Amino acid sequence: MNAATPHPANRPVLDPAHAPPFPVAALPVLRNPQLRKNVAHAVDVIQAKRARLVEEKADWQALRSAAAAIRAHALENLGAYLELFETRCTAAGGQVHWAADADEARQIILDLLRRECASEVIKIKTMTSAEIQLNPFLEAAGIEVFETDLAEIILQLGEDEPSHIVAPALHVNRSQVREIFARRMGIENLSDNPQALTAAARNYLREKFLRAPVAIGGANFLIAETGSVAVVESEGNGRMCLTLPRTLITLAGIEKVLPRYQDLEVMLQVLARSATGERMNPYTSLWTGVTPGDGPERFHVVLLDNGRSRILARRTERQTLRCIRCGACMNACPVYRQTGGHAYGSVYPGPIGAILTPQLMQMRHAQSLPFASSLCGACYEVCPVKINIPEVLIDLRAQITDQERSRMGRVFDPMYLGLRVAVLIFSRAWLFHSAQRIARIGLGLFTRKDGWIHALPSIGAEWTQTRDLRGLPKQTFHAWWANRGGVATREGR
Amino acid sequence: MRASLFITCYNDTLFPETGRAVVALLERLGVVLDFHPQQTCCGQMHANTGFRPEAFSLARRFVRMYQDAEAVVIPSSSCVAMIREQYAGLIEERGDASLRRAFETLLPRVFELSEYLIDELGVEDVGAYFPHRVTYHASCHGLRALALGDRPGRLLAKVRGLDLVPLANLDRCCGFGGTFSVKNGEVSSAMLAEKLRDVADTRAEYCTALDNSCLMHMGGAMHRQFAGMKTIHLAEILASTEGVPAEACA
Repeated sequence: MNAATPHPANRPVLDPAHAPPFPVAALPVLRNPQLRKNVAHAVDVIQAKRARLVEEKADWQALRSAAAAIRAHALENLGAYLELFETRCTAAGGQVHWAADADEARQIILDLLRRECASEVIKIKTMTSAEIQLNPFLEAAGIEVFETDLAEIILQLGEDEPSHIVAPALHVNRSQVREIFARRMGIENLSDNPQALTAAARNYLREKFLRAPVAIGGANFLIAETGSVAVVESEGNGRMCLTLPRTLITLAGIEKVLPRYQDLEVMLQVLARSATGERMNPYTSLWTGVTPGDGPERFHVVLLDNGRSRILARRTERQTLRCIRCGACMNACPVYRQTGGHAYGSVYPGPIGAILTPQLMQMRHAQSLPFASSLCGACYEVCPVKINIPEVLIDLRAQITDQERSRMGRVFDPMYLGLRVAVLIFSRAWLFHSAQRIARIGLGLFTRKDGWIHALPSIGAEWTQTRDLRGLPKQTFHAWWANRGGVATREGR
Repeated sequence: MRASLFITCYNDTLFPETGRAVVALLERLGVVLDFHPQQTCCGQMHANTGFRPEAFSLARRFVRMYQDAEAVVIPSSSCVAMIREQYAGLIEERGDASLRRAFETLLPRVFELSEYLIDELGVEDVGAYFPHRVTYHASCHGLRALALGDRPGRLLAKVRGLDLVPLANLDRCCGFGGTFSVKNGEVSSAMLAEKLRDVADTRAEYCTALDNSCLMHMGGAMHRQFAGMKTIHLAEILASTEGVPAEACA
């Protein structure tokens, strides 16, 4: 069996409560050249397409500002717009349910399915359902779940997990897809050309579309003014789910609301260009409640909070909720490029995942994620709704440090101890200068004849495992300046 | 023109040649320099690792020390970015009104080296001579936080004898990221390996930048891998002349 093919035994853990910390979770990926190649190739392709389409848009920065302003306004008035959405959606024949957390959302959905006597359900790709771990819950309740998004089918049949919010199977290449389809669909001599693979998926899906009584989907946007829901996708499988079954359940985070229908003008432009590098996404579905004789007879919207209100209450962190899930930040991220999505231990990977996940977990889990960034700022630069991700990362780091610094175990942690001593040293020049002398003597013990340090103990080993460090020079700058003759140098030249 | 130098903690300790080069360069251009022997650190490492109260105390120390300076020149874009992007928030959090006023008047007078040369002194040709093949690495803070744009390139273009080779994927991080390089050592090293492939492809003799932190990261790996390339801070190239070539920097 191909070593790079995902296998249940090493299935990635995307439950932040149980996932290993980022530096540990990244190791299997860093040691899997095929996976890294797949990820780097995929993000390069999407990024190049995005860059071309952003460049042709002379008013791109103005569009970003408009999109950010629309999202910020919606969040500042979230309560009012959600109530308006509920009123308008209900008036159009939909039914709105409110879920405070994942438990409630899962139970509401299960009750709806029981009421429909549904033993199977089809799904449109929705990261929100992955957030609440809906599939394993429904399966445990005896309901068969069929994903219909091509990438989600690959993951479901391959017993794998999503590694990207827009292209969940981005880490799998086409020969791996061929292997999964051939094995799970029982097709001999399946070729790995894209037409053959999509044809296989089509055959697999058609009967399910026609048979399933209920579909579950997500929402890209909820429109308060009209009570409408918008879903954008590339394949059309989502539209099958939205139109064929007799009952449709939409699960959406409460932050997805937009005030007006017209706001889509801005949002759809920035979303398609940022997400897939397209001027317009291939399928945009918009619907309002139910229409007799056309599409589903019953329509439910489950509005999920699951920690979002708490994020809204914090001034710096609030911007996290502007996110429209385009994935541009992960495509641009040099860390994600190396690790792919699974290392983040969350259905939301990459820079947005690094800020969203720990907050959704109320800062009790995923605490390694805000540190999984070099703060290079590439994510902020591409974000279509201008989320200053580095700023939020730094704020979350402070929250975590404040929690940790009071714990006894941390008092003697080399990094904590080092930083606390460092501030004392930096506060008094004479202490700083003494510390420099001590460091020169201490590091001198590790400095080889070539003037370089090749190996250090403790936390320093994290540096010297791949990098040398030049030994400390004999004279610091301030000592050189003092020797140069204090005031005389003020004359210059 | 008068200016105060801020030679931040790691430059003072690890890269004194950069500070010396800034002195040689600016004095050659007629700037009268002073240097506070009491200066230490901008607080970036503390702020970026989540130690906000500590970062604040270092921010306050910087503002009080330099509040009367005509200009502050810092040969490190990440330290300048720390001051521009994070000081306001740290000071706001403490609600220290007098410190905030002092900071607001000081901020427009804080410059990264290439900004000071081009925007304040209005020079591109600093009279440097450096007959070598060189590639320029844009540090993330210089590129994005300070938006230095083509300033480093304009300065390098006027250096006599210098053969500037463009670096592919210029906007990609080298993987240093301060404590990121040890907290996530393996990921940081993977990022560094990819960066070094692009750097090696230039076949340059020197890789230069406006941040010694990136250069320490890349240079450390180059030394480990016996690469035939060296790192050098841009200030040292600009300070170099026929009479006084850049100090040997290994």
